[in-house]
Amino acid sequence: MIDQLFVDLSRLQFATTALYHFLFVPLTLGLTWILVIMESTYVITGKEIYRDMTKFWGKLFGINFAIGVTTGLTMEFEFGTNWSYYSHYVGDVFGAPLAIEGLMAFFLESTFVGLFFLGWERLSKTQHLMVTFLTALGSNLSALWILVANGWMQLPIGAEFSAETMRMEMVDFAAVVFSPVAQAKFIHTVSAGYVTASMFVMGISSYYMLKGRDLGFAKRSFSVGCGFGLAAVLCVIVLGDESGYTLGHAQEAKLAAIEGEYHTEEAPAAFTLVGMPNDEKMETEYAVKIPYALGLIATRSVNEEVKGIHDIVAESEVRVRNGIIAHNLLLKLRSGDTSEATKAAFEDVKQDLGFGLLLKRYVENPADATEEQIKQAARDSVPPSAPLFWSFRIMVACGVYMLALILAGFYFNMKRTLAEKKWLLRLFLYSIPVPWIAAELGWVVAEYGRQPWAIAEVLPTFLATSSLTTGDLIFSLVGFVLFYTILLIIEMFLMFKFARLGPSSLHTGKYYHETHNTAPQAAE
Amino acid sequence: MILDYEILKFIWWALVGTLLIGFAITDGMDMGAGNLLPFVGKKDEERRVVINVVGPHWDGNQVWFITAGGAIFAAWPAAYAAAFSGFYMAMLLVLFALFFRPVGFDYRSKIESPKWRKAWDWGLFAGGAIPSLIFGVAFGNLLQGVPFYLDEFLKPHYQGSLLMALLPLLNPFALLCGVISFAMLTMHGGVWLQLRTEGEVATRSKKAVTIMGFITLIGFILGGVWVAYGIDGYRVITQPALDALPNPLAKQVEVAPGAWLDIYSNYPVAIVAPIAGIFGVAITVLLSRAGRAGFAFVTSSLAMAGIIATAGLSMFPFIMPSSLKPDSSLTLWDASSSHLTLTIMFWAVVIFLPIVLLYTLWCYTRMWGKVTVEEIERRAHMAY
Repeated sequence: MIDQLFVDLSRLQFATTALYHFLFVPLTLGLTWILVIMESTYVITGKEIYRDMTKFWGKLFGINFAIGVTTGLTMEFEFGTNWSYYSHYVGDVFGAPLAIEGLMAFFLESTFVGLFFLGWERLSKTQHLMVTFLTALGSNLSALWILVANGWMQLPIGAEFSAETMRMEMVDFAAVVFSPVAQAKFIHTVSAGYVTASMFVMGISSYYMLKGRDLGFAKRSFSVGCGFGLAAVLCVIVLGDESGYTLGHAQEAKLAAIEGEYHTEEAPAAFTLVGMPNDEKMETEYAVKIPYALGLIATRSVNEEVKGIHDIVAESEVRVRNGIIAHNLLLKLRSGDTSEATKAAFEDVKQDLGFGLLLKRYVENPADATEEQIKQAARDSVPPSAPLFWSFRIMVACGVYMLALILAGFYFNMKRTLAEKKWLLRLFLYSIPVPWIAAELGWVVAEYGRQPWAIAEVLPTFLATSSLTTGDLIFSLVGFVLFYTILLIIEMFLMFKFARLGPSSLHTGKYYHETHNTAPQAAE
Repeated sequence: MILDYEILKFIWWALVGTLLIGFAITDGMDMGAGNLLPFVGKKDEERRVVINVVGPHWDGNQVWFITAGGAIFAAWPAAYAAAFSGFYMAMLLVLFALFFRPVGFDYRSKIESPKWRKAWDWGLFAGGAIPSLIFGVAFGNLLQGVPFYLDEFLKPHYQGSLLMALLPLLNPFALLCGVISFAMLTMHGGVWLQLRTEGEVATRSKKAVTIMGFITLIGFILGGVWVAYGIDGYRVITQPALDALPNPLAKQVEVAPGAWLDIYSNYPVAIVAPIAGIFGVAITVLLSRAGRAGFAFVTSSLAMAGIIATAGLSMFPFIMPSSLKPDSSLTLWDASSSHLTLTIMFWAVVIFLPIVLLYTLWCYTRMWGKVTVEEIERRAHMAY
């Protein structure tokens, strides 16, 4: 039987380490391109202020990048350490994009990032710009490959289960790479990263303008962040991640849970703006609905319906029953009956094997499941609605708020009156955490929404763990939280220190604290 | 070009070995330098010299470690699953120690305080010393067999809590392997520092190369004798065709004294590996003492390739023998991924690895030259 506490701790550890890592990833994804823009301007115009901008924002980028690498190390090995059955079961498919990520992206990003920091005197202007560009390209390529891997977890296409090797095997690599879910996720995630970096640069630049320091530096930085951020935020909102949600049963279940959509909405589907999803009663109470909106968001049309949780559970129940048959046939195959008839019968139902495995949460052998357990397993196939409903709505609200803020910043920046609009500058400064909230919630929507599956419709999460003990997990979880929290505090300390210091930290002799002799503390 | 499954399985065994050797030569060099950091650098400027020798390249070098992990996942999913969870506590220790490096390099010199800097120096030391020790300990345990078995659905299981299982991992033979690995990487890092620095730092590094080379040599020979007479090896008795679909439960394995030496009687050419290990280390020490650090770097790379290849070859075709149920052992024939995945990954390596080597080399040539105390003082605000 399944030890639920152990499974929950495994999930908690993965979520903790992934969410920590994802605090640093979005900024890296976007800030590298902002550095490319600044340095290109320097190379083209020859104006030194753009070199100073590249160096200063590069310093802040470095502080963030270092802890991103630290927390990223864990992720490469955590599938093996904590999800060993997952690793065996899907490594044939999932391992490939991960290894290619190392070969194609990590090497590129990491080999050149050192020269970005330390190569200013050794490289020509264009060589250094090329180094910056390749660092940006590498970090963005790494997002591509990890999201190809993650997209496959959400929609496992291009692979087949093999009873002989007892695992999923790749049959079509191109289908895995060009999965529509992976592509939508990639665009959504990197552009969210670009928004994060823009908000970061604009927020800190606003601080200098509020203090009346280094205005030329701050305004130019703000402009770069604003132009880049406007394009990115439009991209995030228009090309939202939802486009993939109509593909596959598990994605439909996720969408229904996000929307608190217990009953199928006939076309044109209405969008529930707010309400109280109640999984017990299978109703969303106090719902405020906007006609047509869900159909447009989810299916990009006004004539397709959006399936509700009731119907999805009913479909699941059929598949759970099929899954029991599939599991029986698998046991037969594994025990040596490899007759053509058994093989053919298994091929017919093997797409439902995963649903049969959902029963292993309640019984050792799915064949022994009671009616009630079958119904429960079918209900399990849809994730709890309320956490997704709210995570999604807060994420979207953050996105819409940032769109409005960036539009306002863009408008006043064009009119050249930005520096006088203290209220707006303050809003930018205090809004720095907003993109992080959106990004973390985006992870929750995507991965909590994937439950109960580790691999959608293939492998339930509770079966995917390693054979460790609860004690082992408590030890490691406490270790990760302690290490990461201490490192995060140190990172924040340095980030605040250098952000406050501003370009004076470059020791060029040109900036505020050097010309006014007011340095709060000698910059290193 | 479509390669046979059997040939691909073998190629992937060689490729994983290559990645591990690449890791030792590049990231191992940085870890070795980290192991020497508190000892060859007495003053802050001297320590910054050491850090800035490694500084521009350590992150790219570390990717050898990450990519080796990813490649094992893609090529040997069963081994990735069993090894990293089976060595859970050891893996955590490695990770926790490695955490100090990325932040250590970047954060250390951003604050003036001597206390802050000293703390990070020891962090960087731990980030080199603990992993370089544990990698050897892991190999030592692989050679003795790991207490795991696979159930009928191929899920790996172990005995009891892995927290408790940490102590048996640190048995005398495994510790010897840990010492070899630590000394070998430190020697290699010392050669690199000797080549890229001058004055006191270079002199101290040279001294370290002699000491560490000596320990590596004695340890490696002792380890060889121990493997021949002290511990049992594993031997495949029967197994399915080599190009069969991977099934780690379909073979018979016996545990026998001296079985780890089979390869040297079956394929005498394999003896090249331990010979390269022994002579590589000896020549490295001689070259280093003669002040020829450039050549010493080549021979110490060869020596490490020889030592790692000796471990891999001795275990051939095993990659993770099981001491609980020897028939559950993983070999390169039955732990591999599918024909298609091995093919795709083979081409990915053939295309990308040469590109990686080319641009890595370009980066080294751009940053070439000795790092000096004067340079650090001049560039105090931009250097690490």
